[in-house]
Amino acid sequence: MNIKLTINGIPCEAPQGSTILQAAKLNGIHIPTLCYLEGIHKFGTCRICVVEVEGARNLQASCMVEAKDGMVIHTNSKRVRDARKVMYQLIVSDHNQDCLACDRNQDCELQALGRELGVTDNPYYGEKNENGIDISESVTRDMTKCILCRRCVSVCNNIQGVGVLNAENRGFATIIAPAANQPLGASDCAFCGQCTVVCPVGALKETSHQERVWEALNDPNKYVIVQPAPAVRVGLGECFGLEPGTSQTGRMVTALRRLGFDDVFDTNWAADLTIMEEGTEFLQRVKAAVTGGQAVLPMATSCSPGWVKFIENNFPDQLGHLSTCKSPHMMMGAVLKSYYAKKIGKKPEDIYVVSIMPCTAKKTEIARPEMFNDGVPNVDAVLTVRELGDMVKSAGIDFLALPEGEFDSPLGMSTGAADIFGLTGGVMEAALRTVYEIITGRELPWPDLHVPPIVGLEQIKEATIKLEDVKPEWKILEGFEVNIAVTSGLEGARIIMDQVKAGTCKYHFFEVMGCPGGCITGGGQPRPKDIFEARKKRMEALYAEDEGKTLRKSHENPALIEFYKEWGEPCGHNSHEYLHTHYVPRGKYNELSEESFVVK
Amino acid sequence: MSEHTECCYCAANMDEQAKYEQIAKVIDTYKEKEGSLIMVLHSAQQIYGYLPLELQKFIADRMGLPLSEVYGVVSFYSFFSMTERGRHTIRICLGTACYVRGGKKLVDALEEKLQVKVGGVTADKKFTLEVARCIGACGLAPAIMVDNDVYKTMSPATLDSMLNQY
Amino acid sequence: MLTKINSINDLNQVKATYEAELAQYKHQILLCSGAGCISCDCGKVRDAVVAELEKQGLKDSVKLIETGCIGTCALGPVVLILPERTFYVQITPEKVPALIESHIAKGEIIEKYTFQDKLTGDFIPCIDDIPFFKEQVRIALRNCGAIDYASLEAYIANGGYYAAEKALTTMSPKDVVDEVKASGLRGRGGGGFPTGVKWEAGYNAKGERKFIVCNADEGDPGAFMDRSVIEGDPHNLIEGMILGGYAIGASKGYVYIRAEYPIAVDRLDVAIAQAREAGLLGGKLFGTDFEFDLEIRIGAGAFVCGEETSLMASIEGQRGEPRQKPPFPFQSGLFGCPTIINNVETFANVPAIIKDTAAEFAKVGTEKAKGTKVFALAGDIVNSGIIEVPIGTPMRRIIFDIGGGMIGGREFKAAQVGGPSGGCITKENLDVPMEYDALIALGAMMGSGGLIAMNDETCMVDTARFFMDFIQDESCGKCAACRIGTKRMLEMLIRLTKGKGEPGDVERLLELGKVVKDTAMCGLGQTAPNPIISTISNFRDEYDAHINDRRCPAGVCRALTVFEIDPDACLGCTLCAINCPVNAISGERKSPHYIDPALCIGCGVCRDNCRPNAIHPTKREVL
Repeated sequence: MNIKLTINGIPCEAPQGSTILQAAKLNGIHIPTLCYLEGIHKFGTCRICVVEVEGARNLQASCMVEAKDGMVIHTNSKRVRDARKVMYQLIVSDHNQDCLACDRNQDCELQALGRELGVTDNPYYGEKNENGIDISESVTRDMTKCILCRRCVSVCNNIQGVGVLNAENRGFATIIAPAANQPLGASDCAFCGQCTVVCPVGALKETSHQERVWEALNDPNKYVIVQPAPAVRVGLGECFGLEPGTSQTGRMVTALRRLGFDDVFDTNWAADLTIMEEGTEFLQRVKAAVTGGQAVLPMATSCSPGWVKFIENNFPDQLGHLSTCKSPHMMMGAVLKSYYAKKIGKKPEDIYVVSIMPCTAKKTEIARPEMFNDGVPNVDAVLTVRELGDMVKSAGIDFLALPEGEFDSPLGMSTGAADIFGLTGGVMEAALRTVYEIITGRELPWPDLHVPPIVGLEQIKEATIKLEDVKPEWKILEGFEVNIAVTSGLEGARIIMDQVKAGTCKYHFFEVMGCPGGCITGGGQPRPKDIFEARKKRMEALYAEDEGKTLRKSHENPALIEFYKEWGEPCGHNSHEYLHTHYVPRGKYNELSEESFVVK
Repeated sequence: MSEHTECCYCAANMDEQAKYEQIAKVIDTYKEKEGSLIMVLHSAQQIYGYLPLELQKFIADRMGLPLSEVYGVVSFYSFFSMTERGRHTIRICLGTACYVRGGKKLVDALEEKLQVKVGGVTADKKFTLEVARCIGACGLAPAIMVDNDVYKTMSPATLDSMLNQY
Repeated sequence: MLTKINSINDLNQVKATYEAELAQYKHQILLCSGAGCISCDCGKVRDAVVAELEKQGLKDSVKLIETGCIGTCALGPVVLILPERTFYVQITPEKVPALIESHIAKGEIIEKYTFQDKLTGDFIPCIDDIPFFKEQVRIALRNCGAIDYASLEAYIANGGYYAAEKALTTMSPKDVVDEVKASGLRGRGGGGFPTGVKWEAGYNAKGERKFIVCNADEGDPGAFMDRSVIEGDPHNLIEGMILGGYAIGASKGYVYIRAEYPIAVDRLDVAIAQAREAGLLGGKLFGTDFEFDLEIRIGAGAFVCGEETSLMASIEGQRGEPRQKPPFPFQSGLFGCPTIINNVETFANVPAIIKDTAAEFAKVGTEKAKGTKVFALAGDIVNSGIIEVPIGTPMRRIIFDIGGGMIGGREFKAAQVGGPSGGCITKENLDVPMEYDALIALGAMMGSGGLIAMNDETCMVDTARFFMDFIQDESCGKCAACRIGTKRMLEMLIRLTKGKGEPGDVERLLELGKVVKDTAMCGLGQTAPNPIISTISNFRDEYDAHINDRRCPAGVCRALTVFEIDPDACLGCTLCAINCPVNAISGERKSPHYIDPALCIGCGVCRDNCRPNAIHPTKREVL
């Protein structure tokens, strides 16, 4: 049912239950906002979106207050304009205003708002929040820029269920921080980076690897190889003003080449590799379970380092459920510095691997001691999509004018199965395409190689696949019903893990991506105006990439088949040394605490 | 020698353990009641004396809350202390009435006498010195509260007789 | 031992038993055990009375009763002896033997121990003749200082729980709502919203669970009304909440008390236990199907939790940060359920309304505000303490008749009414009726009832700074308007008091104040600028003096002030020189003294010690 109201003298209609802000928007009236983020954060802290409601004593925060039938509202009266201006001046008076040296310069919601409000002076000054800068491997937190909008608190607590960031202290001393203002690196932060996507200013951002990449590119002794993750190609265009979901694979490759990388390979190749390794591992586990051997089930995917850190912190006694596979870009790094290094006659230490990732957690992942082989790190630097965009711009490359390029061979070749690694359900679907065919010799029993029950953006999706008419060598699995589940976002992961821990979980295999929707809206992706819209569009784009390919099953990747001929079989000796890993039972506070008491 | 020190250490540890067990009991009794974090923190502070981060972790885990949320609550309320406290807490009222009638002079005098700044603990761990927003004893200004006792119309000259009672 | 109380007969029986017990005694000694008197060691007086009665063989003819606050907090410990109604003040254990022997044994009043009128010097033995009490009308405080605070039987004997019995057995919840509405009772916590209207909203609200909450987080500096009610008459609050719960359909109530009131917490805790034991809480009450129970939740030192949405967050175990209204608590309150919140004094009025009828209640007060209001008098006033007067009583009567005027006969300058959110009333407006709308018209507000009288030695800029310091420190930090706005206003005021003000600062303060009022999320922020706006509108000249002349007319702002001695008035007593902390004063005995302005730190200790009033502040010249 619609309500009728008057905004700025214009008769308006809006659905019952709309906020004043929503009602105004529906009727083409823009109200400036700062802390509000549709669908994610509604908290009313900044007071910028205040409007005059006739009959109300005070100005009303339009993002919070419900529009009522018959309301008469003024969004642009002198009283409102003056209040907004003073509020803006106040907020800026507690901000370090170091705009010229901030990497959110001209990409800052606070800056843009000042321009929008027409503020040209500031009579207010005084003490400012003077907390130091906290630099973790993944995320850099600068409270001198924080405007306490608390969007990050909402995503960290309500959406991700991690609960690392919260408001602490009171009044003017309030800060947003992990408990006791400990460094993020010493907390149980998963480094999903969702906070860096929603931060309107430069207070939360990825820890930059741009300098080290420039240095490597300028080092004549380094052979610098780059690999972009599947979801990068559907996000990068937004850095250059394109609509969400505009695939830019070809231009991306050209841009990378022009930046000076010696080889432009594709993490997608390693995604196919991951399917071979992880699929094999799963079949080994299932086989062992069915034949009464020792096997930990359900098995969980391990491509998402945010998820890995989350389970290490929160379920340290359940790590056996994680697949031992490294994430695809780590596998790629390991292959590049061993197999490929030999091929091109380079020493591993002379090869410098840069991953372009939609992710901030990958920055922490490459620093893990388990991610070293032969004394060198598998991957040397991780750039987020946003960072790549910045580097392309800073190199003077006119991205939109670039011709399309192609990945180098052989490690640039991939199948459609790899493309969908970047979205929720994709890893599971890719694995099923291969595993189902290995066991039954047939393609998946749904049209177009998709698994409809696990397609979409719901928090937890599940499916059961019955194995029938299996190949003779798999007859022990005849009639076996495989229960699978897919979740994205760490809140969903916690729900499944609570079941696993309680022993009530019915799944055999589940996929977790740390960010809601998967890597398409990962912590390293460009900041969209409307995250929900962007997620949908990028998802469609990745499915289109997959469907546009001739080869859509990992085990059909010819470059991979060639590779395994030399490498040995999946989960074989070489794989175990280079492509698989182990995990660390961190516990919630193991990085914080010296001792604690056990009380039954 | 080693036996002796070990014994002491052990006793001290037992003491800690006992406090934690007592706090665990409090948490369990509040399990049925909604939104009881602040009541639990009050009890925990009473039992343990203050609320160090370690204890907050214990409370967070046992109540199933993120540590950052517990810390956010502890750091919001001025009644909760995260540093060790003296055996007695002196709160000098600086509410309007007390301020107007010389509360600040009492602060200066006590800081001097006890050799401790507001917010600190005396060297002998006897007193924590704090200032309070109105303690509701405005008819008695300036007033000082030591633990739960109120001392009225204080002046620098009458502080000694107050302190001597502890 | 008490049995369960289930009916009016049970109440009558308890009443009769208690009255019969009291009737056995020839005298009752009522010893005030309010917080004020406790801090004056009334415990030792009690011990002395007990020992002395024993010694003089009088313990069977005298009943010693410890009561809640009688109201004259500056005169404690105080004792009221019945049936003569003789009021003794500042009783020490040393005075007790003589008192017992003379008054109890011989029947002779010791006049010099009784109340002395500061103006006339006359002793006034009978409490009913003392102006401080004579002008008061007690409804909320009717039992405070009159009965044993720790006795359920005493409360019942004084008519307690009869209202609950009446409501539950003869009235529908709607009847109770209507009666409260008809009484004209308005919220006593600040806003003055009609209680009956609020309860009606609670009654109409749909919800599986509803809550009734008592806001006892009385945090205004200079206010201690609620504390007195809880400490002196805890069952009155309990009964008020039972009635509220019944009216709106809540079976659970919370009392949120600030942690700074441990005695109040203890006494309420005991009273709740008594009520449960007597079947007046914790199950079905008075043989009806209405169930009700109470739980105490203790605050943890955050003034903002007096704001109702913050209070609810705090009860829920969260940071005491407010929530946007609407939705209002009656729509979505505690744990998301419909919730009605009233303050202590409001609840304390309800049993009287139900028991004696709304019409009776509405006999006092003004046209638009019925009943009485409790005020806490503090500051530079003679009779600081707790009073209850009909709403609409002129301020002059409160300060000069009841309050006994200003200490030392100094000139009245202003009174801060309504706590840090309120405003000041100047001497030109002393005749303002103490009533919601009249106070608002003068830029102040009734608030919870704190009334701080200030004399002519008060600097209004510094007073504004004091309140802003308080509010800024208590701002929760959630919304930017209050978090940064109060900080910047405070910084500006500090600059003014340090002589660093700039032309235009007053206008900036007013602009900022206006915006903070207009945009802040909760009541704390929306009223935070009031003291600034109020002092600017009444004492603009003082602000201008600070900014333009770099001078503090009242001699309070140290950075702007040195003191000087009027040689014609100085007696040469040397007291100033002895007390000067920096030895800035020189002079021979019995000849005029001199203050070296280069050494003077402007602390004013000399002025405080000067008997002929020869020392005055003057402008500190910047060297």
